Parts: sequence; structure tokens; C-alpha cells
Amino acid sequence: MSKIISCEQAQKKSLQQRGFVVSDPGILSLIQDAGRFGAFNLGLTNGGPADSLAFYWANRLCGNAINTTAIEINLGGLQLKAQTDCIVAVTGAPMPLTVNGQAKACWQSLLIKAGDTIHLGFTDVGVRSYLAVAGGFEVKPSFGSTATVCRESVGGLNGGKLLKHDVLPCQVLSKADNSQKQWMLAENDQPRYVNEVILHTVIGYQQAHFPDIEKRSFFSSEYHISQHWDRMGYRLQGRAIKSDVNGILSEGICYGAVQIPADGQPIVLLNDRQTIGGYPKIGAVISQDCAKLSQLRQGDKVHFEPISMSAADNMFHLNLRKLKQTQLISYT
Amino acid sequence: MTTQINDCIRLEIAGESSLMLYFSDYERASSVITPSISSLVQQAEQLIRLHFSAEIIDLISSYASILVVFDLSVIDHHQLRNQLRSVLKQCGSVGMKQGRLVELPAYYSLESGMDLTRIAHHANLTVEQVITLHQAQEYRVYAIGFAPGFAYLGEVDERIAMARLTTPRLKVPKGAIAIADRQTAVYPAQSPGGWNIIGLCPIDMFNPQAEPTMPVEVGDRVKFVAIDKTQFFELGGVLPCVES
Repeated sequence: MSKIISCEQAQKKSLQQRGFVVSDPGILSLIQDAGRFGAFNLGLTNGGPADSLAFYWANRLCGNAINTTAIEINLGGLQLKAQTDCIVAVTGAPMPLTVNGQAKACWQSLLIKAGDTIHLGFTDVGVRSYLAVAGGFEVKPSFGSTATVCRESVGGLNGGKLLKHDVLPCQVLSKADNSQKQWMLAENDQPRYVNEVILHTVIGYQQAHFPDIEKRSFFSSEYHISQHWDRMGYRLQGRAIKSDVNGILSEGICYGAVQIPADGQPIVLLNDRQTIGGYPKIGAVISQDCAKLSQLRQGDKVHFEPISMSAADNMFHLNLRKLKQTQLISYT
Repeated sequence: MTTQINDCIRLEIAGESSLMLYFSDYERASSVITPSISSLVQQAEQLIRLHFSAEIIDLISSYASILVVFDLSVIDHHQLRNQLRSVLKQCGSVGMKQGRLVELPAYYSLESGMDLTRIAHHANLTVEQVITLHQAQEYRVYAIGFAPGFAYLGEVDERIAMARLTTPRLKVPKGAIAIADRQTAVYPAQSPGGWNIIGLCPIDMFNPQAEPTMPVEVGDRVKFVAIDKTQFFELGGVLPCVES
């Protein structure tokens, strides 16, 4: 009997040790999968990766399904200690990556040994990077998703950001996996992180309440990212846009919706937005461009450009097709 | 691009992968808060869930609208528009469905309802009259959103309607029963907020561990029932640290 117990204890101990220990969480590191869908009726928002494209590549470089749980690192500073052999990949905003102090490249899969220390420095351009592990981090989903939304205290390990000493379990790499090829994404196929982006915007919602002259002004002006930018939304600064309504009956807000409050300064609502609200909206930025916007910070510039529903639909499918057709390069 | 589905439903674009359904009364031109529009919204939501389980990612129903978020890799907006039109054409022809009646205990007092005196003064009523009027009404759950478990209830008696605070409080306690214009609600968790607080409800409005997660859903009817301090504590209520 005592032998069985000690066996169980040993097993428990080894289970705890599979994965990573967070030795430094950095500024804001969050467990994310593709997002929480189907829980709007409880008032729960989507969450999920702010830059869905970089998230996609991190998982693909690890051979994962696209909805696999990874870490979103905001600005940098994350340090993990591996307790098992595994394969990881880091993508997104360029953060200096080291393994045991040695510089390593992002946008490729890396073999990690038990005991290795992975560190991500801070980025000067772009905001968020993604660290995926082959097989994914094993986090219990809440409301069907592991996506962390701090404001709602939902998802992740305990409804919040990663903390020092957190343990992130993942699958142990088998011998067969160990000999597997490693992959990288060709430099030409990697997204560029810049300080200025175009936000293609589908006109909709209360657009009829914005006079033509205001719409023209909206699409021809340059806006700066204000000091208020986060996963919930980006407040912009520039020429004020006026509508002929102050407030509306509270209604559902989609990803990318452009809300114009009374001061006329647009707010683009993103992953962690509230599900309903009462400010008039002129339309919504397409998802691909929301991912780009999420890599901007205070002072960076955006322009809005109108796009028809059909053109947005085409862009969505072209992008999907391009992603599928892009081949990874084997490098071992 | 507007599509009129019938006399009371209008379809607009919201975003790349979402459409917006707006509902109105036959008699009224614009969207307003009425139980009949709300029940039309619910009827439409049920029809959409029934007919589009593969195409729809999620829905957000509110007072007089439904945001329909669809899967662009399964259907495009032209097809969805046409199919919604044919499915929702019949909407509005059936009578109003009665929702469940949910009773929520309410500890109304000057210590739990820091804005009671202000409302009473504003309405030229006594505090007791304000409490009686808030309980007298059967409210409808019009929408859930803003925060997890936040249910918008309407409408309170005109006499106790009260505009939001000019400067929102940084901390509204969990369980706060509050009024904003003719809406009332129970704050599911401590959060910033500008509604006028009249009491505390000891029941969890959102508990991820509970089944169901929320005591109410859209379309339900809610009645507040006054309890005293002892009952409030017995039901698990906690008095927050005072902040005016």
C-alpha cells in the first residue's frame, strides 16, 4: 500500500515537472488560444491573440493545430525554465531571444533541453510576440477556451496574467520527436512590424448617422495612437468626427468596430472589448488589419481606408489561401 | 447596405464577418425599449440558432438588435443575408412568450444603498417609497453584457428613474443593486460604474463554477424581494467597505 502511494507521489511529482516554470513573467504575458466563442450570452468577450497572424505562425512552426494554447508576450521580459525536452517557436514583434544566454532566431522551431532557460528581451517596434510549444501548453479551458481576459478574470491559469513561479505543463517530447526536422519561415514570408498601418474598414452600423463630409474626413485624415491602447481597444487622436446621434440603444460590438464617442476621437475595439455598448459606430476594421493595429503603440500612425464587404471577403480568402500555400523551410 | 426583412426587422452591415439585425415596432419608427420588441429579438435569436448552427460563430442580443457573427470560411454575407431574410420573414407573427420569473433578494438600506437618499430627495419621495416602487415592478432581462453576468433590467417606475453619476465611482461593490435612467441591474463583481446604488443582492450573478453560471437569462422576468440584514448575511451577503 505504501509503495503504491509513493509511486503515485513520484508520478505526481514527475507530472508537475513536465513543462516550464515562469522565472520572470515580464510586463504582461498571457495564456491564449484562438479565443472564446459562444459565450456572448454570459457577457464574456472573445479574448484570444491580439496578432492572430503571428500566433498562427508560432503554432504552425511547432506542428500544432491553429487553436493550440500558446503564450502572448506583451513588450517582452518573459523568462522560462524548461523542465522537459521540447520544441518551441517564437514569432511576432522582434524580441531578442536567448536560450541559456545564447542568441537564437525567431520564426523557427528550436529544440529545447530540460534545464534550458529561455529569455525574451524587450522590443522597440511592434508590441506582442508569441511563444508556442509542440503539443501546446496544457491549460484547463474555461467556457470552452484557455484565452485569458484579465478584466473578466477568466481563462489562463487563474484568470490573470502569468506570475513568477507559475508552472506551465506541456507534452514531453518523445525520442522520435527529438530527431524530427526543424522548420523556419522564410524571411520574405515573415510579416514586417512598422509604425504606420492602413486600416481597411467596412462601413456599417450607424454609418447613416455620419454625414458624408464626416465620412470623407474620417477616411482622409491621419490618426495617432493615444496613450490609451490595450487589448480592449485603441483610442486614436486626430480630426474629430461628428455624428448626429450622441448615444444609441446598447447593442453588440464586433471585433474591429470603430466607435465614435462624443469627443469625435475614434476607438477601435479589439479582442478584450466589452460585448455591448451604446456609442455610435461608423463601421469595423477587417480582422487582418486589427492584427496589424495590435502591433502599434502610442504615437504610431494609422489611416482608415473604406473597403466593400465583397472586397473584404476576397481579402480574407486570399489571405487564408496564401497562408496554407506558404511552405516552411526545413533546416536540419 | 440595408435589407428590410419585414416591417419590423432591418439588416445592416456591422463588420467583415458580422451583420446586425435591428428591430422596431409596427407603430414606432425607431428602436426603443419595449417588451414586445425584446420578445421579437428572442424569437429571432431562437430561429437563427436553430437554422444556422454551422454558419454562426456567436450572437449578441440586446434591447432591439442582434449582432450575428458568422464564419467567413463557411458562408458569405450575400448568402447569409438571403437566408436570414427567408428564415426571419415570419418573425413577429406569434404572440409574446412569457419568460421565467426569478426572484432576487434585495437588502435595501441606507448602509447598503448609498444613493437611496439622493434618489428619494430627487423624486420628492421618502426612502421607503423608493424601495417600495423598486420592488413593485416586474422587470424584464433585456440584455446581458458590459461585464460577465451583467443583466440589463427594465424598466423602473418613472418616478425613481435617475441619471448616471456625473463622475463614475471607481469601485461599485459586488452585488450592488443600481439604477440608471429607467434601467436597473445587479453588479456581478466589483467594478467601476456610474449607476445609482440602492441596495445589495447576496446572490451571485456570475459564478463560473456554478451550473447555470447565471441565475437569469435574456427574456426572464425579475422581481426584487426585500430582505433584512440578518437574512442578507444568512444568504452569504457581505457588506463592502464604505465608499461614497
